[in-house]
Amino acid sequence: MSVASDQPDALMEIVDLHVGIDGTSILKGIDLRILPGEVHAIMGRNGSGKTTAANVIMGHPDYEVEQGDVLLDGESLLDEDPWERARQGVFLSFQYPQAVPGLQVGNFLRKSVASIRGEESAKGAAFRNELNEAMDQLNIPRSFLSRYVNDGFSGGEKKRFEILQMMLLKPKLAILDETDSGLDIDGIKTVAAGVNTAVRGTESGALIITHYSRILEHVKPDMVHVLIGGKIVTSGGPELATQLEENGYDWVEKVSAAEEVA
Amino acid sequence: MPDNQEARDAVGDYKSGWNDSENSTIRFDFGLSEEVVREISKLKEEPDWMTEMRVKAYKHFIERPMPNWGNTSALSGIDFDAICYYLRSSEATENDWDDVPEEIRNTFDRLGIPEAEQKWLSGVTAQYESEAVYHSIREDLEEQGVIFLDMDSGLREYPELVKKWFCSVVPLTDNKFSALNTAVWSGGSFIYVPKGVHVEMPVQAYFRINAKNMGQFERTLIIADEGSSIHYVEGCTAPSYSTDSLHSAVVELIAMPGAHIRYSTVQNWSSNVYNLVTKRGIAHENAKIEWVDGNIGSKLTMKYPSVILKGEGSHAEVISVAYSGDGQHQDAGAKIHHLASNTTSKILSKSISKNGGRGTYRGLVTVSPKAENCKLNVVCDALILDEESRSDTYPTMEVANPTARCEHEASVSKVSDDQLFYLMSRGHSEMEALAMIVNGFFEPFTRELPMEYAVELNQLMALEMEGSIG
Repeated sequence: MSVASDQPDALMEIVDLHVGIDGTSILKGIDLRILPGEVHAIMGRNGSGKTTAANVIMGHPDYEVEQGDVLLDGESLLDEDPWERARQGVFLSFQYPQAVPGLQVGNFLRKSVASIRGEESAKGAAFRNELNEAMDQLNIPRSFLSRYVNDGFSGGEKKRFEILQMMLLKPKLAILDETDSGLDIDGIKTVAAGVNTAVRGTESGALIITHYSRILEHVKPDMVHVLIGGKIVTSGGPELATQLEENGYDWVEKVSAAEEVA
Repeated sequence: MPDNQEARDAVGDYKSGWNDSENSTIRFDFGLSEEVVREISKLKEEPDWMTEMRVKAYKHFIERPMPNWGNTSALSGIDFDAICYYLRSSEATENDWDDVPEEIRNTFDRLGIPEAEQKWLSGVTAQYESEAVYHSIREDLEEQGVIFLDMDSGLREYPELVKKWFCSVVPLTDNKFSALNTAVWSGGSFIYVPKGVHVEMPVQAYFRINAKNMGQFERTLIIADEGSSIHYVEGCTAPSYSTDSLHSAVVELIAMPGAHIRYSTVQNWSSNVYNLVTKRGIAHENAKIEWVDGNIGSKLTMKYPSVILKGEGSHAEVISVAYSGDGQHQDAGAKIHHLASNTTSKILSKSISKNGGRGTYRGLVTVSPKAENCKLNVVCDALILDEESRSDTYPTMEVANPTARCEHEASVSKVSDDQLFYLMSRGHSEMEALAMIVNGFFEPFTRELPMEYAVELNQLMALEMEGSIG
């Protein structure tokens, strides 16, 4: 249940989240509410804590939540293992997807769909059609299925494969951690189309983590948050991304510092 | 989703570890002597030459010291006086499962052998303790002249062929354990494939030790005549006992010119079994010998499938995987001797150790001075799952001809937390994620197995991965 009763129920809510790793604080009090059907973006420089936020929502065991909560459909995720979070509908498109030599893509996709959406969804012609359709949309050739997961993939192939998984796993909340970096403009459009298909007009939501506004031009996020030094210093509509692109992060720092003084 | 609880309930369970009550018809006292050797031969009504060969081998076994290399402390734990060298549980080798004593038949049913036979095999031999209890071959192969018998029947029915080839690849004095096998051998397979005959579906042998403190010494001889081909598959299991058993087999392969022999093994002995096996083949001109060797079980395995590339243009391949868990040491590898020109060889070894298990790759490839233009390729990869476990690699190449092209790669890796996290984020539990990584690591091996075996191996590994996460 959401904290204030006059607000609509959030799909995902982050409440006063403080996170550290090996004794170093990285996130220093973050609040975020994503409603069903919404796309939010988090922008920030390297080292601002963006990837930490993504990993903590997914449940990476190395991070320590010092304070606060992460809720999906009003229920705390923090005691759940990563695979339980995945089965409840959280998906993370990794910045650096891991290679698993010997594990075939086709096999892995089927097992993952079976695990998250149930055995029935991973069987027969319906699954094959779904798979073929998604691969066509992402311009992924069929031969991809017999390759090994992320083994010897180019940067672009890895990112497309993450989005393919997202489309097949049908998450409630998709987190895209710098999925746009290293992609050319066609790749970015493809990824954006994938996100729009997965979220717009559905009960799902997405959180896009990025350095650049380019992908956001194609997704048009409902909210943009700027993360600096482990805190969200400002939030706004899609226009914030454009302003950031034009003026840089220094500008945000100045503006937010001025606001604090005022 | 497979039910995790169900999988978890199986933790630590060695799947094939049950035992039947022992109903032996003949059982020798523990311990070995020349008299025991002669008794075994007499019981089998063997020709004199075989009796004398056994006795000679026995004498060599007694004189030969234990190996002074490898895991000598584990080896010194073998008590040769506490082993039963011959035990017969069934009066005859049957060719109908219905005639096999019920308890033994049930065992093989539980192991899925009759079912596999119907689905995808050309022939089956099932050995229980010292003797084959069941044996059959598809009629069409028999009509083409293919001989597939248990070794004892082979000696009875084709004494000349056996006399010609027995001990021709692994000589009587080869090593202590092969000498022991030659002295007390019983069971195993005898196969002859006539010229030009291709046995399309694999033939399988299944070896089961049931009794405590048992020694199983099967002997296998496969002769593939010119231009023929055969794929032989063997599986091995035993009950889990607190006392040790000994499995010491000898396998000899002869691939005549242009022949192709593939020999696949998945041994899953319980962790009280010493598995000390000598496997060797001779490849004549343009022949091909492949050993596909999976070592999952046993307490200590020492096994180095070998190929002597005797004929020009012959090819050898040894693909092996070893899994070492708590209290296990898999000392495995390969030996290849390039004696002729234009011969090629490939060794791929994959080992996984966890929970303090120890994996050793021991390999030897030689090229003789006269062998021109040989190609050698050796790849050994080790995956270590925790800090307590150990992996060692002893690759040796002795190349006496400068025209040889040698390639060698070795890697040792650990499963990373990031790799596990990636797979877990796709809905797979930590145990499932680890099994995916491990099965992927073994994939170049499982790809070479008949599909039914590959599936079984993957399931086996998934079970082994249980409980490996703290």
